[in-house]
Amino acid sequence: MNEVGRSLLIVFGALIVVITIAAGLIYVERRLLALWQDRHGPNRVGPFGLLQVVADMIKIFTKEDWVPPFADRFVFVLAPTVVMVTTLFSFAVVPFARDVQVADLNIGLLFFLGMSSLGVYSIVLGGWASNSKYSLLGALRAAAQMLSYEVFMGLSLMGVVMVAGSFSLVDIVEAQRGLWFCIPQAVGLVIFAVAGLAETRRIPFDLPESESELTAGFHTEYSGIKFGMFFVGEYVGITLISAMITTLFFGGWLGPLLPPELWFFIKTFFFIGLFILARAALPRLRYDQLMSYGWKVMLPLALVNLVLTGAVLLAIT
Amino acid sequence: MLSALRTIWGVLLHMFRGRVTVQYPEQRLYLAPRYKGRIILSRDPDGGERCVACYLCAAACPVDCIALQATEDLHGRRYPRFFRINFSRCIFCGYCEEACPTYAIQLTPDFEMSEYRRSDMVYEKEDLLISGPGKYPGYNFYRVAGVKIGGKGKGEAENEEPPVDVRSLMP
Repeated sequence: MNEVGRSLLIVFGALIVVITIAAGLIYVERRLLALWQDRHGPNRVGPFGLLQVVADMIKIFTKEDWVPPFADRFVFVLAPTVVMVTTLFSFAVVPFARDVQVADLNIGLLFFLGMSSLGVYSIVLGGWASNSKYSLLGALRAAAQMLSYEVFMGLSLMGVVMVAGSFSLVDIVEAQRGLWFCIPQAVGLVIFAVAGLAETRRIPFDLPESESELTAGFHTEYSGIKFGMFFVGEYVGITLISAMITTLFFGGWLGPLLPPELWFFIKTFFFIGLFILARAALPRLRYDQLMSYGWKVMLPLALVNLVLTGAVLLAIT
Repeated sequence: MLSALRTIWGVLLHMFRGRVTVQYPEQRLYLAPRYKGRIILSRDPDGGERCVACYLCAAACPVDCIALQATEDLHGRRYPRFFRINFSRCIFCGYCEEACPTYAIQLTPDFEMSEYRRSDMVYEKEDLLISGPGKYPGYNFYRVAGVKIGGKGKGEAENEEPPVDVRSLMP
């Protein structure tokens, strides 16, 4: 009974914490962007504008839930749930601390990659079901972008797997007790971070959305809570990629003095901050630049990293 | 790639700069006296209305937000029977102030005039008239103009020569 209670606590705790963080990130991002753009950001609702999220949520929940008459109703409703479900599923394998984890799968990393691949369906189906040209263009871009960046996202992580000798995220973290993988796998880290930006469709890789050309890209026709799911799903994705960078390259919960959960959150928030900083600083890539960058630079780099890691490991053992 | 990193670093350094935002309701910007805000009608130093209802402001107004009706008092002095400015149309261009021959209509450094009802944006003459001379103290149109009103005949204005008798003006 105690065992079941504990796992239930972890499951719901993780769910609530992740969703709260993701929603809170909307506020954090706006404040941080403002900080880097010499502004103040939202500071009116509540102390330091902290209740801005609550206000936004109340607004988005009470908005008219409009499904365009020309849309494919079933798929249109289904699409936003997919992005939330897949990213939240990925959190099941993220170890927040030793034994604080929903499921310690021995293929945790593959599960994460699989789930993030499934996330593409959300975008593509949403864009397709909207039956409007902007959405479809956004969805087309998303499909091509996420498929091509997925390839070397997986490849960049294989170096980590080789060094750690396991697909389980707990084992990977434990393998970093001596040295965090950000040093031996620095190239892998850079590639994974870039691919993670592309996977979460963030500036500078926000071509599926690109407000300035495609209105809102794949979620042009969405409103109310369905739009909110896409929106929060994006932030859950950022949290997920940051948590994965922490787990795979920066020793997860490992750290001196402070409790392990706190270390995990500190590291994750650091990378979330970097994501937001990239948004504040970088312009959107052109589509052909995005593609050639992915296939001509990142993929060969990931392969070279893989081969070199393998060679070094062979030489050592 | 390198330039991207440099950009990120440069943006990060912005964290330590001052904020440019003015926290408006608590902090306010200095508005120059010539700021083009809420329109008022001024009075001359003697307390009379400056407006002579010449319609030039209404003619100059590009959005037709000024409406007035001229009339005369017992002394033959023109003044507007009503003077109405629809501030929901006004674009605060200041053309009315430029067109005004008597400095009556003036723009002031005040812009906080939000209302819940659109009809409240229509200001009548009693809303527009202020008690002082505004930006031009000491100016009284009828004291310098050659027009005859009750109490002041032809040629009695400041710096005005008495009228010439054209019949005696022979070469």
